[in-house]
Amino acid sequence: MKILYADSLVIGGGLAGLRVAIASRMRGLDTVILSLIPAKRSHSAAAQGGMQASLAAATRGEGDNEDVHFTDTVKGSDWGCDQVVARMFTQTAPKAIRELAAWGVPWSRVRAGDHQVVVNAERVTIRERQEAHGLIMARDFGGTKKWRTCYTADGTGHSMLYAMGNKAIELGIPVHERKEAIALIHDGDRCHGAIVRDLITGELIAYVATATTIATGGYGHIYKISTNAVIVEGMGAAIALETGKAPLGNMEAVQFHPTAIVPSGILTTEGCRGDGGVLRDVDGYRFMPDYEPEKKELASRDVVSRRMTEHMRKGKGVKSRYGQHLWLDITILGKEHIEHNLREVQEICEYFLGIDPVTDFIPVRPTQHYSMGGVRTKWTGESPALRGLFAVGEAACWDLHGFNRLGGNSVAETAVSGMIVGEYVADYCEQTSVDISTGVVREFLEREHAHIDALVNRTGGENVYALRDAMQQLMMDDVGIFRSAGPLQEALDQLKALLRRTRSIALRNRIRSSNPELVDALRLPRMLKLAICVTKGALQRTESRGAHTREDYPERNDRDWLKRTLAYWKVETDEEPTLEYEDVDIMQMELPPGFRGYGEDTAIPHPDTARRQEQIEEIKRSLPEADRFTIQQALMPFDVPAKYREKNERIGVGYT
Amino acid sequence: MSEIRKRPLRLGCGGGRNLKFHIFRYNPQLPGDTPRMQTYEVEECEGMTIFIALNEIREYQDPSLQFDFVCRAGICGSCGMVINGRPDLACHTLTAKFSDREITLLPLPAFELIGDLSVNTGKFMRAVSERIEGWIQSEEADHVDFNRLEERMDPDLAEQIYEIDRCIECGCCISACGTMRMRPDFLGAVGFIHVARLRLDPRDQRSDDDWYEILGDDDGIFGCMSLLGCEDNCPKNLPHQTQIAFLRRKMALVR
Repeated sequence: MKILYADSLVIGGGLAGLRVAIASRMRGLDTVILSLIPAKRSHSAAAQGGMQASLAAATRGEGDNEDVHFTDTVKGSDWGCDQVVARMFTQTAPKAIRELAAWGVPWSRVRAGDHQVVVNAERVTIRERQEAHGLIMARDFGGTKKWRTCYTADGTGHSMLYAMGNKAIELGIPVHERKEAIALIHDGDRCHGAIVRDLITGELIAYVATATTIATGGYGHIYKISTNAVIVEGMGAAIALETGKAPLGNMEAVQFHPTAIVPSGILTTEGCRGDGGVLRDVDGYRFMPDYEPEKKELASRDVVSRRMTEHMRKGKGVKSRYGQHLWLDITILGKEHIEHNLREVQEICEYFLGIDPVTDFIPVRPTQHYSMGGVRTKWTGESPALRGLFAVGEAACWDLHGFNRLGGNSVAETAVSGMIVGEYVADYCEQTSVDISTGVVREFLEREHAHIDALVNRTGGENVYALRDAMQQLMMDDVGIFRSAGPLQEALDQLKALLRRTRSIALRNRIRSSNPELVDALRLPRMLKLAICVTKGALQRTESRGAHTREDYPERNDRDWLKRTLAYWKVETDEEPTLEYEDVDIMQMELPPGFRGYGEDTAIPHPDTARRQEQIEEIKRSLPEADRFTIQQALMPFDVPAKYREKNERIGVGYT
Repeated sequence: MSEIRKRPLRLGCGGGRNLKFHIFRYNPQLPGDTPRMQTYEVEECEGMTIFIALNEIREYQDPSLQFDFVCRAGICGSCGMVINGRPDLACHTLTAKFSDREITLLPLPAFELIGDLSVNTGKFMRAVSERIEGWIQSEEADHVDFNRLEERMDPDLAEQIYEIDRCIECGCCISACGTMRMRPDFLGAVGFIHVARLRLDPRDQRSDDDWYEILGDDDGIFGCMSLLGCEDNCPKNLPHQTQIAFLRRKMALVR
């Protein structure tokens, strides 16, 4: 029996996992990262367009601060997010950008003087301030009041991941590559690490740790076509679910990005539209202003994706052998801008489509992109049900994003939640010691051994790829952008049938070491459990909120559904999760539910909304002389680790 | 002798070319396994990349075939392999590029083989980072005051740094390097481009004397024979030739 010990075990080597590991190591803890791949190849690298933080150095960012970023994030979430978490996040985001600047990210900088830019398909001149010259620049993104998205051309995630990865190497943090966590070790109350399979030798190793952090990203590939990297299969969330104790939150909240290329599903950044690109239909007509006269192409992602789908349903899509699509037109931005600020987009177009976006339209359609749901955590990042289990980044439902994430807030969440949760992980490690018998560890190891033995020894049965394909197709067809009861119920029944069939998967390549088919066979039942959580959550949520759109329940229903879905897989032999609901309490909110500003306001209000609004007015009246920080604390107190409590400086306004 | 396996009927793109993939096979984990070439036939579809073809082979013909893909969009550097004689990223290589229907795939040389087309670039690249200490070295990086305005940087300089920050450590330059064959400890273009990037960055406070300690011998910048396989085969089109020449000149001036 091979057992390795660590204080802080981090599963996943992307930006969020790296930053938690860095925090642990800086606090003097013995820290290990597990990763399927070399850390610098993680999906974080795919974040092209940028990271939101209210630095307010760009002219169009003037007046921005934590409050404005907070309001955009809460509205963007369709009031589904945890507002305390949104406050912690917006407070720390400027510090994250500046830390990464010191660690080497070559953020694009403000260039003083007049610039020709494209806004609403017209060339306009914007003057950047002399005093801001050389500070970190920001671009426009969907659903934001200010230009807040900091970037390095369109390779932001890459630059961040390399800076963070190199920092982790400097600190000597070991990354155990090509290792997959296949189960969490726990005693029903506390998590004690993970059972890990070496993807080369096939060996099973028990990693026993004081704190275990899941940082494995989203679950995009339960869908057939996703912008996500192929390793994004939700395994961290799945092994948390399989403890039977730890709940997953809001799994039905799945984001579709408006502009993935057809047919491969590779992303072109929101920066294309942020920088002035527009969407066109089969007639070359710019249709978004008809649907959303105010924000147009820069409405929130869920809104743009729905509008595009509606427009294609009217027959206005471009027909192709891969189904309908629309056009993304960035030709108006010009060659120089594209070659400097959108060069990855240009390369993708060149390699995968054989076109040049300087002169050609890009074929795009809405595609699965982001998982708002994940391992439910408290604001500290710890599971509410299993002590010592933390989750961070896209893998978590920390609940920064509610039912729709703003562009630029995900890569920001990775770094920021890594900083914050990393400190809480370290606190936990300092206050707790490993307390588990090797007998328990042995039980978990033997269970996984037996499972793999059964799989490898089975001689005839189901084909893993056929079953996976069926799952992915069901999710595409029935659990996509527009949902309704009939197809959701049908999908749920069929997914459950597929889950049963996975019990008789037989391998064609029956070896225990390095074996991609075995890896896929181990993952598929877990992916199906996640798919079932998504589908059941979507079926039961009889309202439309953010990215979750029910055609049979088109209104946002605050009265009955201002709740977070919690999914538990209580018994291993269950075929669907037990769903429970956690109220999102309006009486604690700094920003009670309101109109998001898209289409008509049809929301069914909650009786508390008016009461809370009155309370807020009252509190504000009682503090006539107070600054914005005092008022904020009076409305909704929040805390962050001590090192992040200081105010953020901005050009021209100092620390106010 | 290569063995031909017929692909079972499926999908059918209608009238696509019948491609022949000749693929290196060897699993060092399997006792008694020996290196060999194996041939698979795949019907070509419009827009087919080597990523699509290899997955089709794995799913429909041979589930034991090992290869690495992560982003499948040309940005993560996982899928470097030798494609008809040249190292490149398999994910962004369209099969339509090859007019004669025959595509030979070999693992990247110069790296430890994991199995078939999969090699251990991660271990190699971590060693490169450790060797050049590939992180920003400064007082500021160790004690960031992130509440204050960030240090200013000239916008042109930020762009120049990003231009050579774009290396994805895919290993194509190492596999294409003639010097690497003769000097197993040669740093290679991936190391040089990272050094050039750090050297350009005013946040890193190392001097040319410091860099000389890392680069100033035949396993460093003076070992390069200027065959420029790196320049010719870099999937990100990084300016290796210019950067290597520049570094060599700077290092020659040190002593």
